[in-house]
Amino acid sequence: MSGDTIDWITVLIAVFGGAIRVGTPFLFVSLGECLTEKSGRINLGLEGNLIMGAMAGYGVAWISGSPWLGVLAAGATGVLLGFVHALLCQQPRVNDIAVGIALMILGTGLAFFLGKPLIQPSAPHLPALHLGDWSDNPALRAALEINVLFIVGVILAPAMAWFFRSTRWGLAIRTVGESDDAARAMGLHVNGVRMLATMAGGFLAGVGGAFLSLYYPGGWSEGLSSGQGLMAVALVIFARWDPVRCLYASLLFGGAGALGPSLQSVGVTWGYYLFNAAPYVLTLALMIAASSTRVRSGMPGSLAAR
Amino acid sequence: MSTPHALALQAINVSKRFGALQALDQVSLKLRQGSIHALLGENGAGKSTLVKCIVGFYTPDDGEVLLGERQQAIGNPRDAHELGIGMVYQHFTLIPNMSVLENLVLARPHLPAVIDWKKERQAIAERMQSMPFQLPLDASVNHLAAGEKQKLEIVKQLLLGVKVLILDEPTSVLTPDEADEVLGRIREMTRAAGLSVLIITHKFREVMTYADDVTVLRRGKFAGSAEVAGVDIRQLAEMMVGSEFSQTALARAAVAEQPLKLGIDALSVADDSGMSAVHALSLQVKAGEIVGIAGVSGNGQRELVEALAGQRPPSGGTIRVMGETYSGRRRELLRHGFHCLPEEPLRNASVPRMSVAENLAFRHYDQRPFSLYGLLRRSRMAAAAVQAIADFKVRPPLPNAPIGDLSGGNVQRAILARELGEQPNVLVVANPCFGLDFTAVTEIHARIMAARNAGAAVLLVSEDLDEILELADRIHVMSGGRLVYETTPAAADPIVMGRHMAGHGETAHAD
Ligand SMILES: Nc1ncnc2c1ncn2[C@@H]1O[C@H](COP(=O)(O)OP(=O)(O)OP(=O)(O)O)[C@@H](O)[C@H]1O
Ligand SMILES: [Mg+2]
Repeated sequence: MSGDTIDWITVLIAVFGGAIRVGTPFLFVSLGECLTEKSGRINLGLEGNLIMGAMAGYGVAWISGSPWLGVLAAGATGVLLGFVHALLCQQPRVNDIAVGIALMILGTGLAFFLGKPLIQPSAPHLPALHLGDWSDNPALRAALEINVLFIVGVILAPAMAWFFRSTRWGLAIRTVGESDDAARAMGLHVNGVRMLATMAGGFLAGVGGAFLSLYYPGGWSEGLSSGQGLMAVALVIFARWDPVRCLYASLLFGGAGALGPSLQSVGVTWGYYLFNAAPYVLTLALMIAASSTRVRSGMPGSLAAR
Repeated sequence: MSTPHALALQAINVSKRFGALQALDQVSLKLRQGSIHALLGENGAGKSTLVKCIVGFYTPDDGEVLLGERQQAIGNPRDAHELGIGMVYQHFTLIPNMSVLENLVLARPHLPAVIDWKKERQAIAERMQSMPFQLPLDASVNHLAAGEKQKLEIVKQLLLGVKVLILDEPTSVLTPDEADEVLGRIREMTRAAGLSVLIITHKFREVMTYADDVTVLRRGKFAGSAEVAGVDIRQLAEMMVGSEFSQTALARAAVAEQPLKLGIDALSVADDSGMSAVHALSLQVKAGEIVGIAGVSGNGQRELVEALAGQRPPSGGTIRVMGETYSGRRRELLRHGFHCLPEEPLRNASVPRMSVAENLAFRHYDQRPFSLYGLLRRSRMAAAAVQAIADFKVRPPLPNAPIGDLSGGNVQRAILARELGEQPNVLVVANPCFGLDFTAVTEIHARIMAARNAGAAVLLVSEDLDEILELADRIHVMSGGRLVYETTPAAADPIVMGRHMAGHGETAHAD
């Protein structure tokens, strides 16, 4: 009886730790997507950015020996892909969804191609803070091993909310996202603002990719990402374009993703694949819930207008 | 009036071309310091284009703008702001998902990199005291009524300290009372604060009451300019259309057979947020009659029309057309000859990026002659469109242009051409004349009357009481989602109706 209880606590702790570990890439990609969408553009290519970021980050970390240089390199590839996305989208009659899908495939393919030599070598990992050293419960210690990037993300989410609310640049992005005409009447450079927002969003997605290869699950392989970049789009809708809610939603998705492995770790072997499907089921459920008109409040006007 | 020669702003020989269309051809205009200058012209005459050239939203192909006596290069609206020129666009440029305060702050040209909301709010609240209109700073613009939005647009410009204010059809979406309030206050400001105002309007009454000077455009060309004191409405109308202008009264024919064509029974409809907007409304419209629904906007009219058009599922009750239950399906529309002209046709009744010809073919695109064995025949569509465009005087007459590029009035005409191109059985019309020039209004009224005389059952939902009094055979007043009062044009007392519209009628009139 008591053995049972302990198992469930272990599962909870593992899900909690997993929520943070699995949720961090979600957090970065969704913040990036949130930033991009606030400017009135959807970038489905962030999945491509994520994988490119993972590959480039791993490669640079391996060559330079510094995981942080890897993170920067991952961000830089994201900026580059974001730039291409923005450049293509601002051409007349070009659809951002189509461009996004094309760039997702391009990014993934390119990463697999360039990343072939990176499968063997091992690059230095990003450091983690051991916040659980006071405890002698190994599960709790493992769960409280928190990566620095997660902490950056936790600070970034409210910072971004503040940025949208209280800075000139943030307001400019929101204005452009709400209405092209209003922005133009205000003398804002609509395409320029969208370009910068898409590039910055790409940077964040790239950093999310670096987390995948340089921390968890770590290493470079073609199966590294399991669609986090795409799910982040659903997550942003669920978060109603609010960065702080993106944080909560990422943890929720992360937790769902950690469910399968956590249960397995305590010996629940049945339904492993079923539990692994949890994030996808969650995505589907959220998309259905989000298509009701009431949830659309908060949606940037230029996205709602089409 | 101040010295007659001091000019606040001058446009000289401005030209602008959009593709094949010469929208403006060598147009000049002089705005005197401290005056109100009205800009008149038919739909598509180029009024909006002219003022957009003045504020740098468009770059004119030719011509120049003088501010005071000096020539000024105005490259974009921001330059115009720096020079003290502010514009309220025909289509609102407020940001709906932001608050009134955010919208006001955002408009300022030199925003600090980080905004101190506490300080901004205090500063604006203080300056608001001296503004002609008061607005709730924390309300989301989404939730403001049309009149309040217009006031907000104007306050936004005034807070910027503009010296020249350009208003593009500020009164089209206002009730006459609201229009009088807005224009009266603006007139005070021109007298007291030396503001100079250029205003576009279609309403002669407003020109005669509030403007000092008037300039008329006709099909992109300058057609005349005068002091208002020296002209009458007739002369202005003739300048606008370029020919002798005669007003013919609408002929209301008696219709012998009057079977019931549209029956609405206990219809309830919810609005976007799920709140009930129309409560168990019942109404009958017979062949050969126009039933008018008067009321202030936002009392459920839009939801009612959307339910009739099939855009919004009712939450209760039934609609019967020609005796059969009706649910707004396409097949039913065609079988029963049900036609609808909703308000804001660009949004509700057309696909802006599709061509005029395609939009005109929406009712019958999948039938002969537009379609044969499942294939569309575009040449037939284009030919039919050319005919419809000519019949309904859509300008410019380009069937292949995207309908979204037409001026507001011409979109209205094009949709009217689609819905009235064949005799309807049941016709539902909502605010058909918003933003239309007087020739278009006369013509649309005549066509609605003709449809009635030919046996259509017409439901006319309008915020313009004069329009309802002119057209309707029976009148209902709608307030709070219910029909609260019924009368006829002959018996109608505007004061009683106004009270019912405002929701202060005595006991609700049962029908
Ligand atoms: N961006 C554009 N692209 C192409 N054609 C345009 C554009 N803007 C306006 N036009 C055309 O130029 C002409 C003048 O349009 P404008 O909007 O200035 O008319 P208006 O006098 O303001 O009419 P309304 O009273 O209906 O508002 C119209 O025929 C319109 O179709
Ligand atoms: Mg106009």
